[in-house]
Amino acid sequence: MTYAIEAQGLVKRYGDTTALNGVDLAIQAGTVFGLLGPNGAGKTTAVRILGTLLRPDAGRAVVGGYDVVRQAHQVRQLIGLTGQYASVDEALTGLENLILIGRLLGMSRAGARARATELLRGFRLDDAAGKPAKAYSGGMRRRLDLAASLVGRPELLYLDEPTTGLDPRSRNEMWDIVRELVAGGVTVLLTTQYLEEADQLAGSLAVIDHGRVIADGSPAELKARTGAQILSVRPADPAGVPVALAVVAELTGGVPEAAGGTVTVPVSDPALMPAIVARLDLSGITVAELALRSASLDEVFLSLTGQRATPGALVPEKSAA
Amino acid sequence: MTAATFSPRVSPIAGLRHSMTLAWRTLVQIKHNPAELIDFSIQPIMFLVLFTYVFGGAISGNTGDYLTFALPGIIVQNALFATLNTGMGLSTDLQKGVFDRLRSLPIARFAPLAGRIVSDIVKQSWALALLLGLGVVLGFRIGTDVPSAISGYLLVLVCSLGFSWLAVLVGMLAANPEKVQIFGFVVMFPLTFTSNAFVPTATMPGWLQAWAKVNPVTILADAVRGLWVTGGGSGPALQSLLWAAALTAVFAPLAVRAFKRRT
Repeated sequence: MTYAIEAQGLVKRYGDTTALNGVDLAIQAGTVFGLLGPNGAGKTTAVRILGTLLRPDAGRAVVGGYDVVRQAHQVRQLIGLTGQYASVDEALTGLENLILIGRLLGMSRAGARARATELLRGFRLDDAAGKPAKAYSGGMRRRLDLAASLVGRPELLYLDEPTTGLDPRSRNEMWDIVRELVAGGVTVLLTTQYLEEADQLAGSLAVIDHGRVIADGSPAELKARTGAQILSVRPADPAGVPVALAVVAELTGGVPEAAGGTVTVPVSDPALMPAIVARLDLSGITVAELALRSASLDEVFLSLTGQRATPGALVPEKSAA
Repeated sequence: MTAATFSPRVSPIAGLRHSMTLAWRTLVQIKHNPAELIDFSIQPIMFLVLFTYVFGGAISGNTGDYLTFALPGIIVQNALFATLNTGMGLSTDLQKGVFDRLRSLPIARFAPLAGRIVSDIVKQSWALALLLGLGVVLGFRIGTDVPSAISGYLLVLVCSLGFSWLAVLVGMLAANPEKVQIFGFVVMFPLTFTSNAFVPTATMPGWLQAWAKVNPVTILADAVRGLWVTGGGSGPALQSLLWAAALTAVFAPLAVRAFKRRT
């Protein structure tokens, strides 16, 4: 098996704060690897180390066969970096930004211009090519940022929270672009706070928290392990809650919780829904609301770490009533 | 994945090319934001005109004599203030993440810094030419020969390069560009005013005269006066170069170290 990226025991400290506390990663060439975690989990630190922007305090990482510390220059010839922190020059136009990168990568004037024009067209920025980047919308900026990291046709692309702060439409556009790149053979390392994004794009995942990888595997494996969907049942009469609890516990085999007249439980098999409806019906319980929704990242953490998520953090992402 | 075809390091020629490309990046911004050109042109023009016509008569008896005395000083003062642009530009790049992008590219590590310094020297020579040209329009005359005039011009550029290392260091240490500006106000203002750039030092208190005498601004202003107006000036010119060398020797390593640490 060839790995595009292999990291062992990465540690990075900032004073008393340990940003990374022994992270191991193995990312297969030609795939999308998702690094999933909340703010401050250490995702960006990991990307910066793999992108040669930071030296690890301990551990080692090899990208495309090159050591990120000792052979940083070779690593830089392989990678493209886009993210929260790698940015475009706001005072330059979109075209100039891309020409700048092309020239720095050793392209001729004409070659850099041709590559820039091609990318701007591909990212639907050709109309804005002559405008300074500071006049771009958030979605346009991210696209330009991504285009800038693609000028040199990198084999590996690091996307650090590429859709944070984007509206749903721009986010979907970004996802389509990433899918196209992967189809073209690029290996992608993606960090995200959104379970849905990782689910949409990544072939395998590592969940990172407090600088440690707390779970990894394919999205399906992770879901199976954590009960990635939440079933909620609200009887029309609150007096029916104890019966609903018993039914749900029996059929799902989980430990349901009751709060505010609603019974919730993590489930991994959506086919349970009709069975639960039937049993509640038999028990004479009228159901006012029945929903199956994706677990939020908080809920995944709850099952992974055993730590309680705050009730306010349970935000429904999609529901089927 | 192949691990064969990539060069292990940047050649010096390529590093020079990267620096020039990044210098272009800073200069081409003027095209989109002509206000920037006015920014670094209008302030020296105002200084020159105001000082000449408001203070000139009172200080030198007439504005013509004052212009002859003060133009070199104002040019020096402007050159030192302009070095702050280097620090502010670097600070902005750090803040906006442009440096992260540049550092993830296979380019010479020194290129972002060198590119900024080169572009700022180009801006410096523009401002210098502008001030000298305006001075001539107002009545300033070069009293020496062409080689001396050119030497004075180059001397100012070389010395501002020496001072720009201080600005680079501040730009790397400051949290944001505004802090660099505050530094400029707190350090550059007193430094340039406690010299003979604008006024003869004879009426200053003794302790201040003692400082003004060794102030590099005084020395450089005297060197330019010598090279442009009175003839001679090789003594102060040599001292100015020593100052520039000393500033470079002290601040360039510190600045480069801070640059490496921040980026």
